[in-house]
Formats: sequence, structure tokens, C-alpha cells
Amino acid sequence: MPGAIYAEGLVKTFGDVRALDGVDLDVPEGTVLGLLGPNGAGKTTTVRCLTTLLRPDSGTAVVAGVDVLKHPDAVRRSVGLSGQFAAVDEYLTGRENLQMVGQLYQMRAKAAKARADELLEQFNLADAADRTTKTYSGGMRRRLDLAAALVVSPPVMFMDEPTTGLDPRNRQQLWDVIKQLVSGGTTLLLTTQYLEEADHLAHDIAVVDHGHVIARGTSDQLKARTGGERVEVVVHEREHIQAAAEVLRGFGKGDTTVEEHMRKLTVPVAGGAKLLAEVIRELDTRGIEIDDIGLRRPTLDDVFLSLTGHIAEAKDEESGASQDTKSPKRRKETAQ
Amino acid sequence: MSAATDAVPAAAPANPISQSVRDSLVVAKRNLIRMSRIPEMVIFGLIQPIMFVVLFSYVFGGSMNIGGSTDSSTYREFLMAGIFAQTVTFATAGAGAGIADDMHKGLIDRFRSLPMARGAVLTGRTLADLVQTALTLLVLAVVALLVGWRTHTNLGEVLAAFGLLLLVGYAFTWIGALIGLSVRTPEAATSGGLIWLFPVTFISNAFVDSSRMTPWLRHVADWNPFSATVQACRELFGNPGVSSSDAWPMQHPVWASLIYSVLIILIFRTLAVRKYRSATA
Repeated sequence: MPGAIYAEGLVKTFGDVRALDGVDLDVPEGTVLGLLGPNGAGKTTTVRCLTTLLRPDSGTAVVAGVDVLKHPDAVRRSVGLSGQFAAVDEYLTGRENLQMVGQLYQMRAKAAKARADELLEQFNLADAADRTTKTYSGGMRRRLDLAAALVVSPPVMFMDEPTTGLDPRNRQQLWDVIKQLVSGGTTLLLTTQYLEEADHLAHDIAVVDHGHVIARGTSDQLKARTGGERVEVVVHEREHIQAAAEVLRGFGKGDTTVEEHMRKLTVPVAGGAKLLAEVIRELDTRGIEIDDIGLRRPTLDDVFLSLTGHIAEAKDEESGASQDTKSPKRRKETAQ
Repeated sequence: MSAATDAVPAAAPANPISQSVRDSLVVAKRNLIRMSRIPEMVIFGLIQPIMFVVLFSYVFGGSMNIGGSTDSSTYREFLMAGIFAQTVTFATAGAGAGIADDMHKGLIDRFRSLPMARGAVLTGRTLADLVQTALTLLVLAVVALLVGWRTHTNLGEVLAAFGLLLLVGYAFTWIGALIGLSVRTPEAATSGGLIWLFPVTFISNAFVDSSRMTPWLRHVADWNPFSATVQACRELFGNPGVSSSDAWPMQHPVWASLIYSVLIILIFRTLAVRKYRSATA
């Protein structure tokens, strides 16, 4: 029995660029899959193929039990899409936007109106409901865009980089909304460039690069593959580096690296916060004064570096399919 | 797996035609609300034809020869059918810019992900433009009356002329829709929607008596679809300067305008809807 979102061997080419090169996905009902990858990896193209916006050159896709290629209209009735750029009409009010979307989901005008009111309340937009969305902040627009995707409470949701460009407070707010949503049983596919975001929201993560899935698993599994946690110590006195290295050797799982000029030592460990406390105690016992100590977890860059041998690209301002088609070439140049 | 693949949710729409009409009206309403919130766009759309009326009738008026008369009041009556027709074709630019803007902002993606009728986004836009064109014609007609334009037929014929103008304007917005879907920015859609209209509206009988053009140019003007509309309006208004050319569209201007309009709608609607289905922002 395939999941609520299922894809096998999706291929999509734009000219001579293979944006998707055989993407396989299987998202069980009621779970959240984080599609993690740099710009141009094929995340947006995958979402566009699964939501009927693009027709793949080959491959199979089934969403909510319906073949995407055979019955696109039936798929559209069962999915909600929230894009990278908040697709709301800036000259319409929040309420008018939601009512329009409801009616285009084939709801009666009255039902669409009632649903709009409900969503405005739920997304904390009731006060701004009758203002044109031109006057909304970035976070408010994202919330309205998300609300528009939820008008018919679709069983399957797609969110393409829902928090890109938001400040931390708005990001946190949107995360809370998404968490609440998935706790209600919605199946969600979410693309993101931030491991932290996938970490917070997704049950499973699929890492995509060059148009195919190169790794999948839970966030802990991926981090473990990346080399897991490290303890980083900065000692106060240069003379203490040697002594500190000895202490770390006792706790570490591998070689300690030392950056003399920074007075910084790093060692891979297993054991988390409890182990960190022990390290601190031991350093203290030996009278080694420290400026900074911490448990460092792998970042997105670390995951990418270990999985692909190149560093995840920084976010640029391009969008949509154009970014998916252009970036692979550029990335080759930056690859080490 | 294959059993799941062929399952279609039960909530399929009842009647595709009524759904199409309903969706188009929802989108048309949205575009009309937009227009009412950007009144400067409507106002600029009005200023341009009014300016043409004033410039042409007072600058050119005295030096034009219409059917042997160089009287400027004759030219003013001759001119108005041309200005009306040119004004309705300029709606092309508005439709193109609006659709290009929707593409640019990602709204087309939103619409395409919804279970709505495929042509409704474009039909809704062209219907809203039709309302704006009607409003523009109304204001323009009042200005025309103020500068001395008069009709010399019955009300039915005058209304038929305006009906024909609206149909032609509607047909041209479908050309605009295709342009809007084909360019990258709203700015490009505006200029791309206007530039080609200048030769189309000037190599015609709209502003000068086409019988006085060089033969090959006269030939182009006589068969120009735009000329047929101008000729039809002059006949229906009873205004001077009706061409006596043998060319079929000049002999049967009303029929020619109707046929041209229907052809333009059929061709450009088909192309635009096909383009919309594969559009990517």
C-alpha cells in the first residue's frame, strides 16, 4: 500500500538540464517528510510535479490515492499548496483572498465566506481581515498563504520553503501553526534548506541533490551519518592546550583537532549533555580555565559536506523553476 | 497499487460548463475589485483616448480632406469612429499586463493548483477588461459629444455600433492574454501589447481617408480587420467618410468585423488556454 504521497522515478528536464533525475518518495499517511537540499537540487520541481503544475517527462506519482498524471483535477481537489512566495492578491483583503480561493475550490459563496472567517480567526488575522494584503507584513502574508492552502482542509499538503525570508519570531510562529496542522493528521511534504526546520517539523528527511534523493532517514540518523556531535573547548591560556587535549582524549571517540591560534580544541563524542558536564568537571578538577565550551551538533553544511562532498549553497533571490534549472551548472563551479 | 491509482474522489464537479462560467465570474469579480482599488490605472486608460480626440480634432482637423470637405467639424465626426475603435483595441495592453503580473507574483501557480476550470483565469480577466472598456467608451462618448460629434441614425444602430466595438475589444484582450503569458514581466506585456497596435490602427481608415493612400498601402488598409470595424461604426453612426472601396470588408464591414472578432477569439483563446496549462512562473 503506497503512502499518501508516492513517487517513483520522476524525471523532468528543462532543455539540457536534468532538474529531476529519478526522484523516489514515499510518505505514509499522517506523517511529515522534509525535503532537504540546496538551491537547484530539484525540491521545487518535485513539488511542482506532485501538485500538477508541471508534467514530469517520466515516472509515476500518486497523491492521496490518485494518479497525478491521469487525474490531475482530482488531485487538485485533495491537495493544498503553499509556495515559496506568498501567492495572495495584494489588492484584495485577506478575507476576499480566502473567499475567492474557497469558491475556486468549488465551495458555495456562503460556505466560502464562513470558512474564510474561521481561518482568519485561527491564523490570527481577524483584525487585519478587511485590509488589503499589500499592508500585511511578510509573516502575515505567509500565514494568509498557508490559510489559503487549507481552505478545504486537504488531506495532503505541500509547502515549498514556507519560512524562507522570515525573521526568527515569525518563523517560530509559522512552525507552531504547521505543528498544530500535522497533529490533526494531515500528510505534509515540506521543502527546506534548513536542517533545523526539518528537525523541528519532519518525521523523516529526504536529502536531494542533482535531481535525486541521496539519503533518507530521521534527523538523528542523518546526523549520525555525518559524524554526530562534537565537544568544542576554548581554553583561556595557551599553555593549557596540551593538558586540555589530554582530558578530551579520555572522553572522545576520535582524534582531537587543535587550532592553536584560537586556543580551540574539537573532539567527536557520543553521550550528549551528560558527557559535556563530565568534561567540564574534569577540566575544572585539573585547574584548566576555559573561555567557552559547548556541544556542537552537525549543521546543514556538515550534512551536505559529508553526503555530497560539497557545501550547500547560500540562498539567493531567485525563485521557482528558474532556480531549479539554473543552479546545477553554477553549483558545479563551487563544488570542491 | 493500480487499484489506488485509478480511484477518483467522488466530489467531481457536476457540469463543466456551469463550473467554467462560475469560476470565470469569480475571477472577473476579483479583477474588478483590483481595478477599483487601483483607480489611477482606469484614469490613465481614459486620459489617453480623450487626449487623442482633442489633439486630432484640433491639430489635424483643419487640414484634413474627408470626402471633399476640409471642414474641421466634418473631420471631428469622421475621427470618432477611429478613436472609439482604437480605444477598444488598447485594452490588449491591460489584459496582457494583468496576466503577466499574476504570473510574476505566483498567483497563476495558486490558480493552477486549484480544481477550477482551466480557462477561467483568462476568461475572468478578459471579462473584467470588457467592463473597463465599456466604462471607457461611455466617458469617451460624452467627451465626443462635447467636441461636436453627432450621430445621424437611430438609437438601435448606435447601440449596435457600441456592441460591435465591445466585441472587437473583447477579441483583442485574448491577444493580450497570450502576450501576458508569453513575456517575463508586466512591463514587457504593456509595451508588447501596444507597439504592434500603432501600425495596425494607423495603416487604416481610422484617422485619414484611406482612398488617398498609395495603392499598396490602401490595399493593406482596406483589408485590415481594424478598418472594417471603423467603417462599420461610421455606417452605423451615419458619420462622414464611409469608404467606397471595392474590397469585401469595406463593402460588408459589420459582417467582416463579426467574422474577424470570432476568428481572433477562437484562435487566441485556444492558444492562450494551452499556454496557461503549461505556464510556469
